[in-house]
Amino acid sequence: MIIDHPLLGPRDAAEFTYMGDAKLIDRPDWQSDTAAQDFYEYGYLRDNPAGWHEELWFHEAGDRSWLVVTRNTVTHEISKVELARDVARAKGRSK
Amino acid sequence: MSKMRYSGFKVIKEALTGHKGWTPAWRDPEPQADYDIIIIGGGGHGLATAYYLAKEFGQKRIAVLEKGWIGGGNVGRNTTIIRSNYLLDGNEPFYEFSLKLWEGLEQDFNYNAMISQRGILNLIHSDAQRDAFIRRGNAMLLNGADAEMLTTDQIKARYPFLNTDDARFPIKGGLAQHRGGTVRHDAVAWGYARGADSRGVDIIQNCEVTGFRIENGTCLGVETSRGFIGAKKIGCAVAGSSSRLMSKADMRLPMESHVLQAFVSEGLKPVLPGVVTFGAGHFYVSQSDKGGLVFGGDLDGYNSYAQRGNLPTVEDVCEGGMAIFPAFGRARLLRMWGGIMDMSMDGSPIIDRTHIDGLYFNGGWCYGGFKATPASGFCFAHLLAKDAPHPTATAYRFNRFEKGLMIDEKGMGNQPNLH
Ligand SMILES: Cc1cc2nc3c(=O)[nH]c(=O)nc-3n(C[C@H](O)[C@H](O)[C@H](O)COP(=O)(O)OP(=O)(O)OC[C@H]3O[C@@H](n4cnc5c(N)ncnc54)[C@H](O)[C@@H]3O)c2cc1C
Repeated sequence: MIIDHPLLGPRDAAEFTYMGDAKLIDRPDWQSDTAAQDFYEYGYLRDNPAGWHEELWFHEAGDRSWLVVTRNTVTHEISKVELARDVARAKGRSK
Repeated sequence: MSKMRYSGFKVIKEALTGHKGWTPAWRDPEPQADYDIIIIGGGGHGLATAYYLAKEFGQKRIAVLEKGWIGGGNVGRNTTIIRSNYLLDGNEPFYEFSLKLWEGLEQDFNYNAMISQRGILNLIHSDAQRDAFIRRGNAMLLNGADAEMLTTDQIKARYPFLNTDDARFPIKGGLAQHRGGTVRHDAVAWGYARGADSRGVDIIQNCEVTGFRIENGTCLGVETSRGFIGAKKIGCAVAGSSSRLMSKADMRLPMESHVLQAFVSEGLKPVLPGVVTFGAGHFYVSQSDKGGLVFGGDLDGYNSYAQRGNLPTVEDVCEGGMAIFPAFGRARLLRMWGGIMDMSMDGSPIIDRTHIDGLYFNGGWCYGGFKATPASGFCFAHLLAKDAPHPTATAYRFNRFEKGLMIDEKGMGNQPNLH
């Protein structure tokens, strides 16, 4: 697989470490009344779909940026690559 | 129903009479409108479950629904290693139970599964690894399994070509389980299928489950590509497709599906008497009776349902092999393939009821589920028949993640691709 890194261009997927579903960006609120249940679901339950999946890839052997890659788990086709930083900020994180 | 018994005498008789007396090993029945118990998934675990339900737990009116052909999933794609060399209490009694069932299996289901207890050797390359393997060996002994620490001289006697002198990762010893070994994986599916069919189980192929009919918290049956089929109890055993199937019951599982590749070299003269695993990288290898080296290593590492892997993992696995067996570099790679693993969040399986009445689940086998096949089938049958977990499978519950009771052999945490 080739991941088209937004800053570096096409890179071999072997340079990256896969870090799971990009929903992990949505960390629950630790002060919420339902925090225990929320963190259990956040930590352990996954949609694990067959088809399009937004996921985190860490450029460990590269520039060490985190990416959100939209990839099809049935065909391994990649349709979109974004910096995880941009995705998280767009959601209002780390303002 | 096939009642024919296989034996050496039968083979000779058929050889002399033109092989006209063989009958199909199982029927090809039409699905009935309803059953007492439906098992979804005609892999090793589903077929073993049906077999033990009929044979050991006196259950009747059972069907196995398989979306393709039986044995086309992981049971026919794995590297066939069986062993019971686990460390943790939740696991080791279960895997030792499984190994004991393997030891009697061919007689039990009257089928030649080529079970070969040729032994498994885990190589040790550092002092820390020796400590860890001594601890593991002791845990195995405590649970009634066999384990022996081998010195380099003992290893040299069995595997003279291993470099114990000046290798990049020097071999410092090994943990051996002599009762471990390999099995003809397809024959396991076929043997269980034939044994189940002869006890009245309907094995229905080309029948994909597309949904569940759930009313007031009770599962009444399954929607399939061949229409609705009702059942009092439904057991799901679809391995890599677990999340996909259970999402039809609005369940999210503690699992990711990952691809694992396997490799076979061209046939060689006998060179490797047992199963050997490399401890400084991830590489395991055995030699099939046809002579091919059968080997594998790590997962590709990303969610996949593609049943095929990518080249970086091929390179990584072959590098692991070359590090420990440089001579194998001369053998050509004949074929390779991938299978989809139900990687759980702690690397251990689940055999449990769901919160929906009548709906039961078996999955999360990661890449170690082949060796578990007999015990998984037995324990799932126990759960389905008696509504209580089998004594060796009491830890395999859904709620262990919520309660902090993970069974994490490698101590990797909730990162499925590291287990
Ligand atoms: C390359 C590789 C190497 C491995 N090596 C080893 C090893 O050395 N030792 C070991 O112990 N384990 C090993 N494993 C793991 C082991 O093969 C699996 O854990 C085990 O086979 C899974 O259980 P199963 O046999 O029931 O799965 P499968 O054979 O995959 O059975 C599941 C079945 O469910 C069917 N199904 C899916 N969805 C539906 C649906 N909606 N409706 C109807 N049917 C459906 C599928 O078609 C499939 O036939 C390996 C796996 C792979 C891929």
